[in-house]
Amino acid sequence: MTTKLLTALLLGTSILGSAGVAYAQDVTLNIESWRGDDLAIWKDKLIPAFEAKNPGIKVVFAPSAPTEYDAALGAKLAAGSAGDLITCRPFDKSLELYKKGNLADLSTLPGMENFSDVAKAAWQTDDGKTSFCVPMASVIHGFIYNKDAFDKLGIKVPETRDEFFAALDKIKADGTYIPMAMGTKDLWEAATMGYQNIGPNYWKGEEGRAALIKGEQKLTDKNWVAPYEELARWKPYLGDGFEAQTYPDSQNLFTLGRAAIYPAGSWEISLFNTQAQFKMGAFPPPVEKAGDTCYISDHTDIGMGLNAASKNADAAKTFLSWVASPDFATIYANALPGFFSLNNTPVKMEDPLAQEFVSWRGKCKSTIRSTYQVLSRGTPNLENETWVESANVINGTDTPEAAAKKLQDGLDSWYRAGK
Amino acid sequence: MAAAPKRPFRWHIGVFLAPAVLVYTAIMILPLAGTLQLSLFRNIDQSQVFVGLQNFRMLLGDPNWSVNFWNALGNNVWFFIIHMLVQNPIGVLLAALLSSPRLRFAAFYRTAIFVPTILSFVIVGFAWKLILSPLWGVAPNLLDLIGLKSLFTPWLGKEEYALTTLSLISVWQFVGIPMMLIYAALLSIPEEVIEAAECDGITGMSQFWKIKLPLILPSIGIISILTFVGNFNAFDLIYTAQGALAGPNYSTDILGTFLYRAFFGFQLQVGDPNMGAAIATMMFLIILGGVCVYLFLVQTRLRRYQF
Repeated sequence: MTTKLLTALLLGTSILGSAGVAYAQDVTLNIESWRGDDLAIWKDKLIPAFEAKNPGIKVVFAPSAPTEYDAALGAKLAAGSAGDLITCRPFDKSLELYKKGNLADLSTLPGMENFSDVAKAAWQTDDGKTSFCVPMASVIHGFIYNKDAFDKLGIKVPETRDEFFAALDKIKADGTYIPMAMGTKDLWEAATMGYQNIGPNYWKGEEGRAALIKGEQKLTDKNWVAPYEELARWKPYLGDGFEAQTYPDSQNLFTLGRAAIYPAGSWEISLFNTQAQFKMGAFPPPVEKAGDTCYISDHTDIGMGLNAASKNADAAKTFLSWVASPDFATIYANALPGFFSLNNTPVKMEDPLAQEFVSWRGKCKSTIRSTYQVLSRGTPNLENETWVESANVINGTDTPEAAAKKLQDGLDSWYRAGK
Repeated sequence: MAAAPKRPFRWHIGVFLAPAVLVYTAIMILPLAGTLQLSLFRNIDQSQVFVGLQNFRMLLGDPNWSVNFWNALGNNVWFFIIHMLVQNPIGVLLAALLSSPRLRFAAFYRTAIFVPTILSFVIVGFAWKLILSPLWGVAPNLLDLIGLKSLFTPWLGKEEYALTTLSLISVWQFVGIPMMLIYAALLSIPEEVIEAAECDGITGMSQFWKIKLPLILPSIGIISILTFVGNFNAFDLIYTAQGALAGPNYSTDILGTFLYRAFFGFQLQVGDPNMGAAIATMMFLIILGGVCVYLFLVQTRLRRYQF
């Protein structure tokens, strides 16, 4: 890993050096990013595609290590040596940069109209009036299942909750497979793949999330406690010793074919495609009754903004408009199956599993994780507490009501709605 | 009487002391003072404002902080108790066995028991996570072989067992240190004392209790204080085995992990260096207090034997 990163960094610097020499008369844009893993995609696919269309603008992708990115970027911005384009973390970290004047206002950038309000929410001021990053990609939650196992046991893909639990019962009764691959040891699985995965169907996605932020709803309300009640019902379907099962354990259980259903995030797709030896399918979180509106967590994860101090702002804006275009979306989404473009124009993807995930956008309403915007600014931190309480509910340490009450009490201690 | 001859100023003392004093000041005293100073400030509107003891009042008085703090402190005390009750007696026992002249392969045992101490925490944490894993671990299989499978539970994932399990892992890793120190102390007991005891008819177990143990008490004292300091500064094992949130339900949260979360932040939690420094200061005071109690109350009463 370290050598890979080092190679990536060295590569990045060497490109930087040579680009400066060879195209001194052209405008060169530097991209700051933490996605070292994407270096090859940028270098071989995205940047050549952009440069072919925009002669005179050269682009250099210069990533730093994910754990160092925020600190390194902060230092570079302060010193005035940061790149022209800045890859944006969602929510507060980028908002802080905008408030400090490091990121330029992009509300009027051509191409921003290609994105829905949910997609832009991660990089807007709290009033939603100003946008400062172009949304690039999101990850979608759902369930990935072992198609071979479902065929063998004669289970059809569940659409309602009753069908879902009936399927789990059937897998458990058969005994060949562990019904569901999830553990509570790492805590976040329970919160992210559990609570935030099935929750939007209960709190009606954006509607509930906005009401929570406005203070019109509380975490102790029925539609926020209900997902915990469902999580508590998952317990008997998890593998033996799930309390000490880690995230990689769950991934391995599923890809080795020992478990039938995996509560997932779409980022798993490329890994699972290379590791699993069986056919896979995916289904969105089941709804209560057939025909109910479904809601999915389509969580905005990565965006790109303009360094307010950039000397090449016009060229950078050209680039950002291209990032906002369907062209970029197609290349990006196909190169990284599981990281979906947020563009309103549907993107044609080759990977069947990725297609399945993204098809839910057509029939379900998208929302983002409930704890990410505004609500995790104080102490105790709502997101971290949600991890702990979600694991507690599955472990049986706390009842759903007790867990919800703890979360709401924690939130009440610092958060006043509308302030 | 002429005045006593004036002593020349002894420059060399200062010159010889200077490197150590400078290095120690730069890398120990200054950071410590910096931490203490940081804990008295708070970041208000992007600037550091002096708030006196406000951070400490919040840490001990505001339930959002104090519940976690007392929980971490309580866990830390339990962590220490396990070490004192398990690690040190086993260390003494192993040393007594090793120093027995009739034991064969003593050097091999000594090395084998000491090896975990030099392993990295990351390796220890990861290896034990795998050993105890309910899915791929050897622990369930081994228990199955002797027909005790029913005793197996996912120890690291159960609130009631996780901290004790981790303490025992830490004991496994560090038992070599008390063993080595006691072993050295036992070897330094002069033969004449042992022979005199034998002449008086004190042999075997009673020889250990009446002659050797009192002679190695100062070493046991030193080991206790090292254990105390080490345990209250512990962080690595919990972090590698359980993550920064020290699950399940904060049951393995000790002061080190609590400090880490406060200072550096975790996930969406933004780091708060001022509160982090306040926790670090509390840890410093707790350790300082413990060491003082030991130095003034225990060590002065330990009898020393001159041979």
